[in-house]
This record gives sequence, C-alpha cells and structure tokens, in this order.
Amino acid sequence: MYNKSLKELSASLHRKEISSVELSHYFLDRIARFDGELNSVITINTEAALKAAEQADKLIASGDSGLLTGIPLLHKDIFCTEGLRTSCGSNMLDNFIAPYTATAVRKLEQAGAVTLGKANMDEFAMGSSNETSFYGAVKNPWDLNAVPGGSSGGSAAAVAARLAPLASGTDTGGSIRQPAAFCGITGIKPTYGRVSRYGMIAFASSLDQGGAMAKSAEDAAIMLQAMSGFDEKDSTSTDKPVGDLLSDIDGSVKGLTIGLPKEFFGEDLDEEIRIKIEEAVEAFKSVGANVKEISLPNINLSVPAYYVVAPAECSANLSRFDGVRFGHRCESPKDLEDLYKRSRGEGFGDEVKRRIMIGAYVLSAGYYDAYYKKAQQVRRLIQQDFVEAFKEVDVIASATAPSVAFKSGEKKDDPVSMYLSDIFTIGVNLAGLPGMSVPCGFVDNKPVGMQLIGNYFEESRLLNVAHQYQQLTDWHLAVPAGYEQEV
Amino acid sequence: MSIQSKDVLKIAHLARLGIRQEQVESYASDLSNIVTLVEQMNQVDTSDIEPMAHPLDQFQRLRADVVSETNQREILQQNAPDVEDGLFLVPRVID
Repeated sequence: MYNKSLKELSASLHRKEISSVELSHYFLDRIARFDGELNSVITINTEAALKAAEQADKLIASGDSGLLTGIPLLHKDIFCTEGLRTSCGSNMLDNFIAPYTATAVRKLEQAGAVTLGKANMDEFAMGSSNETSFYGAVKNPWDLNAVPGGSSGGSAAAVAARLAPLASGTDTGGSIRQPAAFCGITGIKPTYGRVSRYGMIAFASSLDQGGAMAKSAEDAAIMLQAMSGFDEKDSTSTDKPVGDLLSDIDGSVKGLTIGLPKEFFGEDLDEEIRIKIEEAVEAFKSVGANVKEISLPNINLSVPAYYVVAPAECSANLSRFDGVRFGHRCESPKDLEDLYKRSRGEGFGDEVKRRIMIGAYVLSAGYYDAYYKKAQQVRRLIQQDFVEAFKEVDVIASATAPSVAFKSGEKKDDPVSMYLSDIFTIGVNLAGLPGMSVPCGFVDNKPVGMQLIGNYFEESRLLNVAHQYQQLTDWHLAVPAGYEQEV
Repeated sequence: MSIQSKDVLKIAHLARLGIRQEQVESYASDLSNIVTLVEQMNQVDTSDIEPMAHPLDQFQRLRADVVSETNQREILQQNAPDVEDGLFLVPRVID
C-alpha cells in the first residue's frame, strides 16, 4: 500500500477497495509506528483529517472527485493552517494557531487532499540539516545517524519512510531539493511566482518558493498542479498560465539537449556521486538525448551572494516577531526594549539569530553598497549565466548536493561548511528558475540525488524529463530498510 | 572584514535581539567567517551591472483600492500574549 503511486491510490479509492478514512488511518498508523525515531512530524491533525477524509469519501461516492480526492499528505510547518498550530519549527511560534490557511494548502484541500499533520523543519527554514528545529532534529530513514537535509527535512524523511504519499516543502536555497536528494525522494521547486507565498511564513521573500515532495515525478506533478496558480493575495504571484503538467509527461526525450555545467563537476563534487550522475546522463543518452558541456562562469559566487540577500530579507521579515501581537513574549518585561530583546532572544534559536545579525549588518549604514547592492549585482550575473545557457540547452543536470547525507552534528557548529552543502542548488533560487531532485542511485547505502534545472516556467518539461528517467530506472521505488512492513 | 565582539553587540541592538554574553565571542567568530565567505563576491567587477531585486524583474502589481479584509480582531488577538478590551498590552512607554 505505502509504495503505491498517487494514480494507483486514487484508483483504489475510486474502485472503493479502500476509503479515504481507511487510507488516512493507515498513514496515521505508520506515523505512530515509525515517527518516534524519525521525528519528522511536529503536529498530528487526526480529528480534522478524518473529518476531511469522510468528506472526500462522499465526493468520491458522488463522482465529484479528482486524483487528489481523499489522498493524505503532510504540510511543512511553514504553511499556515487555520485552527492548527503553525510553528515554523520555532519556539517563537510554539503557541501560534494560524488564523487563516495558506493558499497552497487551501488549493490542495480544495482538490480533496487530507492534511494529516505538519512536518518538522529547520527553524524558519534556515538550515540544511534539520538540526535547527525547536522540536529536535529529524533523522534520515536511510541512516538514523545521518541528517535528512533541510530545511524541508521532515517532509523529505516522512515521504521517504512512506509515512505519507506526499508532503509540501519550501525552497529558498535548496530546501526542497537537497533533503529530497538526501532522503531518496523526488522534489520540485517551481519557477519563482508559480506557487503563492500567501500564508507561507516568509524567510527571504525574493527567493522563497513552495513546491511538492513525493515518491516520483508523476506524483510530484499531480501535487504541484494543484498547488500552483495565480493568487491575488501574493503580489509576486505570476499570472502566467500553469498549463497541464501531466500532458507532456509521457513525451520522449529524444533530441532533448541536456547541459552539464562544468563548474558543478569540479573538485567540490564527491567522486562516487559524479559517477552516479554520469550513469544517469548515460541513461538519457541511451534514449536519444544529447549532452553538452556548458559553463556558468559566476556560479561559484552564488553562495556568497545568497548569504547577503537571504539574511538581509530575513532580518526585515523577522522583525515582525516583536512579542506584542503574536508569538513568544518574555516574562515580566521591564520596558519595551527589554520586551523586544528578550522575547526575540528567547524565541529564536542560534542559526536564526546569526542570519538576522548578518542581515542587519549588511543593511546597516555604510555597508549597504559593499554588501547588499553588490550581492544584487552578482545575482544578476548569475541569472545571466543561466539565461545564456538556456539558449543552448533544454535542461541542465548536475548533482543536487556535493555529498550524500552527512552525519548528524558534523556541520552543526560550522555555519559556513553547512552553507556550502547547498552550492549546487542556491543559484537556481537567485535566478528564480525551476529545479528538481530525482533519486539516481546510492553511495554508502545513502541516496544520491540528480538535480534538473529548467528554463523559466518550464516545469512541465522538467517533470517530463524526470518522469522519463524514472521509466528507465527504479531508484525512486527503493524504500529504506525497516520501513517496508505494512502496519 | 572581521567582526569584533563590540560589533556583535551593536548589530544585536540594531536588530533588537537579546543574546547571551557568553555567546558574543562565538557569534563574532561565526559572523566573521560568514562575512569572509560573502566577500568572495569582490572577485568580480560589477560596476556596470544593474542590481537585481526580483528574479523575474516584475513590477509591483497594484490592486484596486477597495476594502478586501473584514475586521477579524478577536480571531487575530487570540494569538496575542496580552490583550485587554481589544488592545494589545505592552509595558508602559510614556511616564
């Protein structure tokens, strides 16, 4: 049951072999059985989920249903869910009950999906290992001593352990793709503006983008289809038509040109991972795709530029947490400044504090041009490199991360080494392009992810390429040991 | 550029962020490392490059100036740490 595709699950629901209530119970039971050691879920939504499942069963009986009707899923705890705690992985919002629902969640619920609960994440989506969560670290189901990646580490670990068929994620610098790679699942971050940011707690507004995490490209396509679309409540939402993400998914990749950026195959890349990516490229060649080496000459500056732009935007966005209107407030503040400082000091963890301080520093008087303006200029150079590359190729392929999942604690006390685990993903966010990660093998019994980058608004091509790869391989069907039993 | 403990205290004050005294030095060291990473940007000349604020270079979309939100004060204040008669309470600011 747990390894069935979304289409198979939907067919079972529509053939009345199983009800949505039963399916929801099934995955809630898996969460209860397996999540003690994984810690991938922060809040369980049993009562409301079963109610939604009952409703879905009625829709299925009446014939007014679609592929997502009655399908259980998890939402990263960065998405506001009305009436349900939305913590963003932070002590600051430990007691926050969202007063409204994020557009992406609402759209999925309107498509009939059943929200089982909220997935663990790095605090305020700041982290690459899911070790900064106030609710404790998430474990990688392939190796409990390794990190699941971050910041959507709870979503990735849960889908990998088959605790839910789908989970939402957000990606500011790689936060969908890197954990998808570390956990051996498929994740897609669409073009900036595709998925509404309304109700998605802001980290870095010009980079943040919601997306889908699933077992396969086909499942991710179905989920992303439902999440995407123009939203007047998000002023950066794009009104470009989404189109049908499934219509091209079966198309051949014959004649497609795949670009391999030489900068992504340098000494940063683990040798064994390079071999896996080369094998994946060979698979594409075997079905008629062309391969071309390309160059992204400024991509080595993406991590430096990102660590100006993202913290600057984060320091502005997180200034709303003031201990006055919502969120954590310190005990007996002696004056307003004490209230601000202690509420924020107690509410935020170390990594969030570091980024707020970097942001405040680069935006402070006298430093703005040297850091913030400079970073925005470098950002354009990086974007232009991609624009040039897409004149020659249809998609770009690389490793998603330079290594497989690293050991818990290994980079926790060294922020810069942690930041460098995102060297292959960050440029995509700076440029605003769609990107995804698909499983392409194992190194040391841990999953390897291949990153695929598409041109603006070409999610359907990206999903087509990923799906065709998954017709040639079965890495995406592998389930970590210990999680194969039915409950 | 290296960030000293006194810089950390200044930045933390600007950000209204309480930090523990015993952590100031480690923050100074972390922030210095991050700034060193960031300064790799100086390898490239960007003097003629237009800064990029938005990935799609979109203009801010405007909407008609009509009321779109209803009053939800009671719901919104359920999350407030301290309220009285529909007002958010804070420590006394004016003597």
